[in-house]
Amino acid sequence: MNPSPQPLVSIRHVSKTFRRGAEEIHVLTELELAVMDAEFLALMGPSGSGKSTLLNLIGGLDRPDTGSVQIGDDRVDQLNDRQLAAWRARHIGFVFQFYNLLPALTAERNVELPLLLTGLNKAERRQHVQAALAAVSLSNRSKHFPRTLSGGEQQRVGIARAIVTDPTVLLCDEPTGDLDRKAGDEILSLLQSLNKEHGKTIIMVTHDPHASARASRIVYLDKGRLSDQPSD
Amino acid sequence: MKFLPLLWAGLKRKKLRTALTFLSIFVAFMLFGFLGALKEALSAGVRMAGQDRLIVRHKVSLIQTLPESYLARIQVIPGVAAACHQTWFSGIYQDPKNFFPNMPVIPEEFLAMFPEFVLSDAGKQAWLNTRTGAIVGRTTANRFHWKIGDRIPLRSPIWGQPAGQTQWEFDIVGIYDGAKKGTDTSQLFFRYDFFDEARNLEKGQVGWFTVRIAHPDQAAEIAAKIDAEFANSPYETKTEPEGAFAQGFAQQIGDIATIVMAVVGAVFFTILLVAGNTMAQSVRERTGELGVLKALGFSNPMVLVLVLLESCAIAVLAGCGGLGVAWLIVSTGNPVPTLLPVFYLPPASLLAGAALAAVLGLAAGALPAWQAMRLHIADALRRGG
Repeated sequence: MNPSPQPLVSIRHVSKTFRRGAEEIHVLTELELAVMDAEFLALMGPSGSGKSTLLNLIGGLDRPDTGSVQIGDDRVDQLNDRQLAAWRARHIGFVFQFYNLLPALTAERNVELPLLLTGLNKAERRQHVQAALAAVSLSNRSKHFPRTLSGGEQQRVGIARAIVTDPTVLLCDEPTGDLDRKAGDEILSLLQSLNKEHGKTIIMVTHDPHASARASRIVYLDKGRLSDQPSD
Repeated sequence: MKFLPLLWAGLKRKKLRTALTFLSIFVAFMLFGFLGALKEALSAGVRMAGQDRLIVRHKVSLIQTLPESYLARIQVIPGVAAACHQTWFSGIYQDPKNFFPNMPVIPEEFLAMFPEFVLSDAGKQAWLNTRTGAIVGRTTANRFHWKIGDRIPLRSPIWGQPAGQTQWEFDIVGIYDGAKKGTDTSQLFFRYDFFDEARNLEKGQVGWFTVRIAHPDQAAEIAAKIDAEFANSPYETKTEPEGAFAQGFAQQIGDIATIVMAVVGAVFFTILLVAGNTMAQSVRERTGELGVLKALGFSNPMVLVLVLLESCAIAVLAGCGGLGVAWLIVSTGNPVPTLLPVFYLPPASLLAGAALAAVLGLAAGALPAWQAMRLHIADALRRGG
């Protein structure tokens, strides 16, 4: 008998509370989530439901108050700052709502940024950058600065930057939130193709049902708890 | 090296602001270079002073003269190896603005006392053979395009003119150089015997004596002996090391070193505030970008170093640029040879300036870099987004 496959991302009994003055805001409460390898998960919920906080915990940008966050073999919640930075560089690709490209760098220099933390030489880095830009169909715009690119193109550069190190998990925070429908569709198709054709595990936070429809699974977060159905 | 584009991107993000910051630091260090040359000029006399030389002058002031006969009495004081005298002539060449120091001396004693003045054997011989002969330093010779064989007329408001003549005339018989950089080669020396014979007043009086002592560690003791020798006479003396004498001379126009340091200090404090504010502003504006770098895996120390490097790059490039331009301008020549006999920017000042630029960069970038390092990623992304 084959053992059941282990999830790639395993969130167990995670709670997170923020303080605002004397007030305590319980953002996540005893949260449980498992994401399998090569899964495309859409995380939906109203504003303030804790979607971004959860994404930050998975991406090692923040730590839970209680519970564990395990990605592959790594207990992310137990790593110190230095280990966490190195772990992010190796395992996580971030795609942000507002692209977050460095405006003074060209598209290819932006994509190269995560590779600066690797031991690759200049030629190898260039090879990886070209491959990543080709994957998002932006080879011809590699020398362009972000301000000369459309929103959709900027987001594609953002995706190229996220995938250039071939990370374990791609975390997307409202990747189509700042785009029109057409550009958004292109980005979603790109993410879908990365998931289906390259087996990339993607966790995407979104408000947009149209975007979440592209995912292989949708979970809803409300008042700090997850469910498979949207709350009323 | 691979982080260079990132560094460069930070600098060119706000080109005008970077340029203005660069310019302010550039100008500050150019000023530092000029002040360094000025300080060197004013302290050269002290620095170049012989450790084994004392100056004997009138106790009241340098203006008062001393009997030339003191020379023989000084020479026999135990511990004195040699002695010679000089007298302020204050000769004017054509126009008072053409100032350069000129003094009557006894050639053999004088040249033996000051080996830093390098004169050819032929020049020395010609000087000994010519009563109206004078030697002049390279700086002044170049300044007035004098050459050996030229006859130089000087008017002296102190000593008048020789009987039957309207001015003093000297024949240039030699041009001396300095043995090392910083040696004052702006002076003209002529023969005391000619001077004493031709002058109409205070015959037999001289300005001051320079004394070489056998053991520099006995300077205080020998100085006291010399002053004791002439105590209770109409011409009491004050003996001090040559360095202290030069220092006193320079301090006639104030404590230049202190003034220079105060100006430099004020300028640097202002520049530090400007550069620090610029860096802090730059980091504040890039909160989101720094958050992204951290999210991508740049560690806190790396972000700290990046911000510090950026700050240091502006400071060092602008600082060295300013020092370089100051050096170039100073190298083109002395703008006020009448006031400053020596004018150059010493390598030590250049090195000190470069080090100061690096310190300025570190100091200006320290707080912003610390803030950047401590940025919480999620907050930075939220603020920057």
